[in-house]
Amino acid sequence: MASNSKTLRSPLQVARGLGSAKHGTEHWWSQRLTSIALVPLTVWFVFGVIGHLGADHAAFVAWMKSPFSAVMMILTAVVTFHHAQSGLQVVIEDYVNVEWQKMALIIGVKFLSFALAAACVLAVVKIFIGA
Amino acid sequence: MVEFNLPANSKVGVGKTVNVANGAKRAKTFKIYRWNPDDGQNPRVDSYVVDLDKFGPMILDAIIYIKNQVDSTLTFRRSCREGICGSCAMNIDGTNTLACLKAIDEVPGDVKIYPLPHMPVVKDLVPDLKHIYAQLASIKPWLQSQSPAPSRERLQSPEDRAKLDGLYECILCFCCSTSCPSYWWNGDRYLGPSILLQAYRWIADSRDEMTGERLDNLEDPFRLYRCHTIMNCTKACPKGLNPAKAIAEIKKLMVARR
Repeated sequence: MASNSKTLRSPLQVARGLGSAKHGTEHWWSQRLTSIALVPLTVWFVFGVIGHLGADHAAFVAWMKSPFSAVMMILTAVVTFHHAQSGLQVVIEDYVNVEWQKMALIIGVKFLSFALAAACVLAVVKIFIGA
Repeated sequence: MVEFNLPANSKVGVGKTVNVANGAKRAKTFKIYRWNPDDGQNPRVDSYVVDLDKFGPMILDAIIYIKNQVDSTLTFRRSCREGICGSCAMNIDGTNTLACLKAIDEVPGDVKIYPLPHMPVVKDLVPDLKHIYAQLASIKPWLQSQSPAPSRERLQSPEDRAKLDGLYECILCFCCSTSCPSYWWNGDRYLGPSILLQAYRWIADSRDEMTGERLDNLEDPFRLYRCHTIMNCTKACPKGLNPAKAIAEIKKLMVARR
């Protein structure tokens, strides 16, 4: 039946489909913006971690107590997870063609990313406030 | 959708070998994909060993010779034999190109010829282009205007005309679209490099007045944004055009008009 209903449609009906979603530009642009933002943030993060090689817990806590480090760490976490979820969404859209599976995976990735970002932010805030 | 396994009846077997070279000095083997919708068989690759002195220098000369002199059941499209009609697009030696523009001596060893990848096959080297032609029609590849039709030709400055260079030369052979993994996986909705280049050809035309509507029609996560700048399109184009750049120009306009 499914194949029959497809073959009876005109090729133009199939090609035009549901029409244009009239969005996608914001998603594409935010992927570029987060990429640019991640260049300095990742450099800072990598050098920060290298600078603390062999340091003890107290040294890390002291690092995160600086307002600059705390802000940079929060930005790194939020932007990384934002970039990751938007990139993974594109990968899933590329490779998963069963609608409910695609939807479930995208929802799962987004929920997980925002949960992890929130956990990172809370951890930094907790150290910064000095618990 | 990614297909890691071939669908049933798609396993390509080894077909017959026909040797008509008769021990010629310049013998060459052409391994050609064959599939006949009427015999219920799986596809196979037939080998034809031929004498290169019997025909011209191009791949198209060889397969025309094979069809005329060796095996008249071999089916393929061809027309102009000089790279302007786009009919003889096929996968030769692992690359999508035009059989008429590809010289036989460019291919070391046996010449492997397959239909354009990931398109339904009608027979042998003939792909079904119904869907991609419908996608072309969907972007309305003709000049559209709002102002009343002028009494003479629509004028265009030499600078504006120059913006169409690298776009108007496209002959719609679809070597680019069928080399694009994004088009393979999502060709039902993604327009692919050839159609997007055509769309940009009209977006870039100073005489066309429907630029905004054309961009509206393309602004879609699947129609346009499946392009991940893989660049296979530009590498494949037998006319030396750059569909990836045309797509990038569309993306720039999408950002510019926000």
